[in-house]
Amino acid sequence: MTDINRRTFIRAAGGVAALGATLGFPSLALGATRRVVVIGGGVGGATAAKYIRKLDASIAVTLIETKPSYTSCFMSNEVLSGERTLESLTFGYDGLRRYGVEVIRDTAVGIDPEKKSVKTAGGHSFDYDACVVSPGIGFKWETIEGYDEEVAAETVPHAWNAGPQTTLLRRQLEAMPEGGHVIIAAPPNPFKCPPGPYERASQIAMYCKHHKPRAKITILDPKDAFSKQGLYIEGWTKLYGYGTDNSMIEWVGAAGGGTIEELDPTTLTIQAEIEEFQGDVVNIIPPQKAGPIAFAADLVDGDWCPVDKRTFESQRHKDIYVLGDASSAAKMPKSAYAANSQAKVCAAAIIARFNGLEPGDPTFVNTCYSVVGEDFGISVAAVYGLNSHTNTIQPIPNSGGVSPANASPEIRKREVSYAHSWFKNVINDMLE
Amino acid sequence: MQRDDTMKKKVRNLFLAVLALLPASVLAGPSGEALSFTCAGCHGTDGSSVGPSMPAIAGMDPEVFVDAMKAYRNDQRNATIMNRIAKAYSDEQFKEMAWFFASQKLHLFPQAHDVALAERGFKLHEKHCEKCHENGGRPGDAGTLAGQWMPYLEYTMDDFLNGKRKWPRKMQRKVDAAIADEGQDALPALIHYYGSQQ
Repeated sequence: MTDINRRTFIRAAGGVAALGATLGFPSLALGATRRVVVIGGGVGGATAAKYIRKLDASIAVTLIETKPSYTSCFMSNEVLSGERTLESLTFGYDGLRRYGVEVIRDTAVGIDPEKKSVKTAGGHSFDYDACVVSPGIGFKWETIEGYDEEVAAETVPHAWNAGPQTTLLRRQLEAMPEGGHVIIAAPPNPFKCPPGPYERASQIAMYCKHHKPRAKITILDPKDAFSKQGLYIEGWTKLYGYGTDNSMIEWVGAAGGGTIEELDPTTLTIQAEIEEFQGDVVNIIPPQKAGPIAFAADLVDGDWCPVDKRTFESQRHKDIYVLGDASSAAKMPKSAYAANSQAKVCAAAIIARFNGLEPGDPTFVNTCYSVVGEDFGISVAAVYGLNSHTNTIQPIPNSGGVSPANASPEIRKREVSYAHSWFKNVINDMLE
Repeated sequence: MQRDDTMKKKVRNLFLAVLALLPASVLAGPSGEALSFTCAGCHGTDGSSVGPSMPAIAGMDPEVFVDAMKAYRNDQRNATIMNRIAKAYSDEQFKEMAWFFASQKLHLFPQAHDVALAERGFKLHEKHCEKCHENGGRPGDAGTLAGQWMPYLEYTMDDFLNGKRKWPRKMQRKVDAAIADEGQDALPALIHYYGSQQ
């Protein structure tokens, strides 16, 4: 402790001061209770709700969420391999209630930025001083002919929000004949969980290796490169014969005609740019945009919501903040960890403003693990700061990156265990 | 000795609390709290990891924290991810995060353990480890062991024994002595003892 001098001490304590300076007696200072309405109980919304209450319990926080519980999409590829159940990914909102968050089961359908009020499908309205919108993703159904919401629910699941479609895809894999063909159509950038489609292929391969060893998995991709590519290929080579005639996984990138145009759901045939692909199980992950409320509330510019990167306040409407997958955070991926990190920056900014303070300089982290197979985990990490002149979030130079190539089996094994710890701690930090 | 340390921590925490009332204008760059909040997705809210293997860092001694982060930044530990993360921060920022986590209360969670083995571990701890890892390895001047996630303790000991992490002063001699007492069971016994604490 000796080399930590008094100046450091003041700066360290200043961290608390950034939020705490006037938090001692906020209700006395302000008179009326400040109200925050949070739309969406995913990682961004739940984390923001929890941290606002944790940092200042004088603020009234209402969270509006359609579903009675949260089911995480992260780790849901392990449901496809049979490593875990969907129930193990499902959590209630009682933890947030213990923080004093009012959790309302309803669907937000509009926001009036002038009256500062949220309207719900249930016919209620909720007034706010600050509104946090964290709706997650929506799908651009119009981009693939023959593919729509109904087909996804019944025959060709996207399973890109965890729930009944995850279960459906798992059942289809179990029912697939030995030697069957699985097709995964990956989406174009930007999309939720950049390494996800490739982890999905890996987890399905892990299942097939044990139960259907002659099965084939084709990834059709409209991109020429993907997240953690080198590490996935290393894992696939080691575990699933990638690069040999017997490879269980084949990746068809943009140059090879991986962009899909049309689906025939009756024959499970995909017309891609160059040739047709027919599968026994077909999983299409459609191109994405911000969730419906972002469009209804006029928060988008194109597909996503532009925000001030210091606070995550919408650049379209004052006092509305957009977090997570729906926001355009450019260099930050659309990941659970990113949403969790953004939510805390946003929570602190809202509290600072309630207290008449300028929000402090933000700092963000993303970490993301993928389980490629048994004892083979890989990760990516980045720490980001704000360039306030360009309103961009930039990775700190010479830091972050992916797991090293050709790491020892022991390191790969540890990363599987850490992947599961990452899952538990993200869930804990948002909901407990 | 133990009472002195408790007093020292109390004074430190009081000092932190008083300083928290100073105006925020002394700040430049992200606050220590903002920096520390980014760790929670892996190390748990305020550093109390819910496991099963990511280590808890709440209540950690600031000097141990800073040393660990510097070792990661310099690629001197057998890291998986922390070496990549640590490279983003300055010495000053390490210290700010160190103070944040030092002032957090460590919450422990139950872990499955072998009671008989843990009992043998307790005796080994008292004899060989308690001098540095005081109070059964609870947060203090050395690394936290009590209630630490058992897989993490296994990884750490593997790294020490396989020459992948530099031993702190005297530790190798102590571990050798524990192994001389209990053979192959020594380290599992210690780990089960730490995992048994709540």
